[in-house]
Amino acid sequence: MTKHTVRTPMPGTFYRKPGPDQPVYKNQGEAVRNGEVIGLVEVMKTYFEVKSDRDGARIHFLVDDAEAVDGDQVIAEIEVS
Amino acid sequence: MPIRSLFVANRGEIALRIIRSARELGIKTILGHSAADAESLPVRLADTAIEIGPGPAAKSYLNAERVVRLASESGADAIHPGYGFLAENADFVDGVERAGLTFVGPSAESIRLMGDKAKAREIAREVGIATVPGSEGTLSGLEEAQALAEKVGYPVMIKAVSGGGGKGIRTVCNPTELAKDLPQAQAEAKAAFGDGGVYLEKVIQGARHLEVQLLGDGFDVIHLHERDCSLQRRRQKIWEEAPATGLPASVMEKLHKTAVELARRVNYRSAGTIEFLYDPDRAEFYFIEMNTRIQVEHPTTELVAGLDLVGEMLRISGGERLRFRQDEIDIRGHAIEVRLNAEDPDRQFLPQPGVIEDVRVPGGLGVRFDSHIFPGYRIPPFYDSLIGKLIVLGDNRSHALDRLQRALHELSITGVKTTAGLFEDLVSSPEVRSGDYHTKWLEPWLAARGR
Repeated sequence: MTKHTVRTPMPGTFYRKPGPDQPVYKNQGEAVRNGEVIGLVEVMKTYFEVKSDRDGARIHFLVDDAEAVDGDQVIAEIEVS
Repeated sequence: MPIRSLFVANRGEIALRIIRSARELGIKTILGHSAADAESLPVRLADTAIEIGPGPAAKSYLNAERVVRLASESGADAIHPGYGFLAENADFVDGVERAGLTFVGPSAESIRLMGDKAKAREIAREVGIATVPGSEGTLSGLEEAQALAEKVGYPVMIKAVSGGGGKGIRTVCNPTELAKDLPQAQAEAKAAFGDGGVYLEKVIQGARHLEVQLLGDGFDVIHLHERDCSLQRRRQKIWEEAPATGLPASVMEKLHKTAVELARRVNYRSAGTIEFLYDPDRAEFYFIEMNTRIQVEHPTTELVAGLDLVGEMLRISGGERLRFRQDEIDIRGHAIEVRLNAEDPDRQFLPQPGVIEDVRVPGGLGVRFDSHIFPGYRIPPFYDSLIGKLIVLGDNRSHALDRLQRALHELSITGVKTTAGLFEDLVSSPEVRSGDYHTKWLEPWLAARGR
């Protein structure tokens, strides 16, 4: 098993859900597919989707919802088989 | 009681703007700033600076409870909210007053009345101001929608009742499109806002965005004439002028009069703005909304009216009555403001968080530059992209355009992409020169510019 990392394209605020009252895109440990949205990064009031670029058995988020991130920071690790 | 110590609950250029007026009035300033703004210019220029939380706005500038508590502990006797963040949050105003502080702005009641779209439209109609023709509230179904659209005339917009910020809006041109788009719009509204309710509004073709600047003291209200903010991208103003030009004097007079009446109806106190959509073909204007705060584009009015709006806000909140009668308000010349945003106009206005390498600030007669940037300044990614405003005053519109062109030529910002270059193109475009534009003009122009 290898670990693949997902990085944010820009600095800003990372969100794990599409809206404050909505469920998270992905739970800790959930499987993800290539191209699936795993979160949003808000940069100057503009939202960018963060997508997984691999299929994976489990995703582990390293950043909490609504937390500040630097550009290119690792957001999550994906276990790929 | 005059304000002696002011807590500034904002950041960037507007924090700087408030600090400037306060200092001139001998008011001590305490700036509440986020960790991301610790090195900012307002922090350096305020008398005292207090960190209110981490970068993301929800944890700092939007944390009402914390802002009130820290302001109270700081010994401030008033809070100026600027624009955005907590400026139009009535619960925040209640909190400020419960803590025994003065809110520099209108009463919580005024904010509640004018902040509720349906209530504000109702008050507007009570004083005889037309609202954009359309449905009164949620549509019952397709039959009602088609009958209404037929009555007000196509094209019409379908808007989500619980929507906002330009989201969930569809424009349809005939009954077939309406039948097709209505259920889709309802489903979209349900998914996006949890409420499938939609209403219908007539599209005013070739409309101009006009707004009247008001100043009230809770007893009386005066107007400081109007602004034209028709150059918009995605409903965001990027260029504003004062006064509006090319409109009949009788219409302008009626516009001012109705705006004052509306503000009087809610005993308005402080600076405020009433926004209208103007239909030049029918020479009619329609109420959009009231902004119960200082606005980004307020300097254009300050330049033509020759007064300090933020200073007047501070005096009024300190218990003074209006210092001017309506007949003492006189406007002179023409002012234009352009918004300098850290966005790349050549790449779909992609945000540009980054470090300012160098700035060459324009100057000379009739040029004002309201900005918090400096060489080495790091633009945080957490807030809006506004990094400054260039405002010019000329003898008339044509002179103001020439002066703007000259000032833009002097301006240079390096390190990040900005919208400055876009304005150099706009200022020389024939439509902008002749004033022949409307709220839907800029976007196709931008698309053509990109090709």
